[in-house]
Amino acid sequence: MSDVAERVKKIVVEHLGVEEEKVTENASFIDDLGADSLDTVELVMAFEEEFGIEIPDDAAENIQTFGDAVKFISEAA
Amino acid sequence: MRRVVVTGLGLVTPLAVGVEESWSRILAGKSGAGPITQFDTEGLATTYACEVPRGDGTDGTWNADLWMEPKEQRKVDTFIQFGIAAADMAVADSGWTPTEAEDLERTGVLIGSGIGGLNSIANTAILMNEKGPRRVSPFFVPGALINLISGQVSIKHGFRGPNHSVVTACSTGAHAIGDAARLIQWGDADVMIAGGAEAAICKIGIAGFNACKALSTKRADDPQAASRPYDQDRDGFVMGEGAGIVVLEEYEHAVARGAKIYGEYLGYGLSGDAYHITAPSEDGDGARRCMEMALKRAGLTPADVDYVNAHGTSTMADTIELGAVERLLGDHAKNVTMSSTKSATGHLLGAAGAIEAIFSILAIRDQVAPPTINLDNPAVTPKLDLAPNKKVERKIDVALSNSFGFGGTNASLVFGKVR
Repeated sequence: MSDVAERVKKIVVEHLGVEEEKVTENASFIDDLGADSLDTVELVMAFEEEFGIEIPDDAAENIQTFGDAVKFISEAA
Repeated sequence: MRRVVVTGLGLVTPLAVGVEESWSRILAGKSGAGPITQFDTEGLATTYACEVPRGDGTDGTWNADLWMEPKEQRKVDTFIQFGIAAADMAVADSGWTPTEAEDLERTGVLIGSGIGGLNSIANTAILMNEKGPRRVSPFFVPGALINLISGQVSIKHGFRGPNHSVVTACSTGAHAIGDAARLIQWGDADVMIAGGAEAAICKIGIAGFNACKALSTKRADDPQAASRPYDQDRDGFVMGEGAGIVVLEEYEHAVARGAKIYGEYLGYGLSGDAYHITAPSEDGDGARRCMEMALKRAGLTPADVDYVNAHGTSTMADTIELGAVERLLGDHAKNVTMSSTKSATGHLLGAAGAIEAIFSILAIRDQVAPPTINLDNPAVTPKLDLAPNKKVERKIDVALSNSFGFGGTNASLVFGKVR
């Protein structure tokens, strides 16, 4: 797993209080990992902070799964 | 009018987490004061307070992990954590854990706070200043709002009845319990989870009350002696934190389910001073009128009062309340015991009226008046017994609990044995 993926996974585990095994490529933050809409806003903020990037609101809306997050951040960072 | 009884209690206080743990320490004359541990007090005039003791959860310490998952803790200010914990305790104690829709809709929540998420607001303002508005958490607002204790408790337990909150400074806890009791009396609910929570021991909180000249500043060498209501050497209140929650229940409802009944809510009085933003009216008129109203609503007279849990904050205002109580009681004063448990707990602001209502109920249950500790040299010669430094075992059928807040907002509650 890439360095980006490891760091994203750590944030997801910490913020959503889920087990690491559940954070898979296609795991949806809302449908599979128990996040609500406010949790996803906070997750995106945590990604911005961790990677020193800015994720615009329209891009954030398309980050639905762990895989989406890793892909977006890998391309942006 | 429908009758209201108390069927559950929950306490998070500077003495301990837990009702019996807090109460036994109060009766033993212990103080919850000490040097502030939760933040650096550099530059503050006051460096001590009555903090809820942090620890692993044993021996009455506060361990947030026992009450909420870590991911949920991060989303709410400490005052909400204390409120949720005390409400969980009170609900468990009451045994009222309904699952039917009708029961859930007849159960409401009315929990207040004097200040709310002050520490979260201060820290978020600093964060925004340093890193910009995009760093403000989506949980900042719902984690700092005062009515979010009521919201969180209702969500956790599924209570879908009246969901309400009170903000009346240091009268909050008493107003919340009085208002909740009235919702039951009027038939808007059968059960109400009511009380107050506070966690304002933070740098801006201490600085703000220091600026008002309200806090004790002279006892850094002996914080446990700092909260000394009625004593001639008192020099301001000691800030406390925590939560007090009661389960109030319509009498027939409680009897029908065989609930344990601690005591009966008998009356509630409210008044305004219309005098000054921080000082009580010097003639104690507002205090006297709210006590009178509470007794009238209870169908009692001053001669029925056995115990008064005073507002008594360890400020100059103590003797104003004392005078008002003495005038209200007249010749009966000599038969009455009045104490300030703030001598032990410090002043929990919006939670004070709630924890003191609980101490009043326990005083009735155990037929004992808790002591006013540190009362070595009374500032005036009292006409009633102030229970200096020692609990007083005595008959207590009726207890009156006073709370007075900034803005000149006064509340009194009357509790009694179930008649």
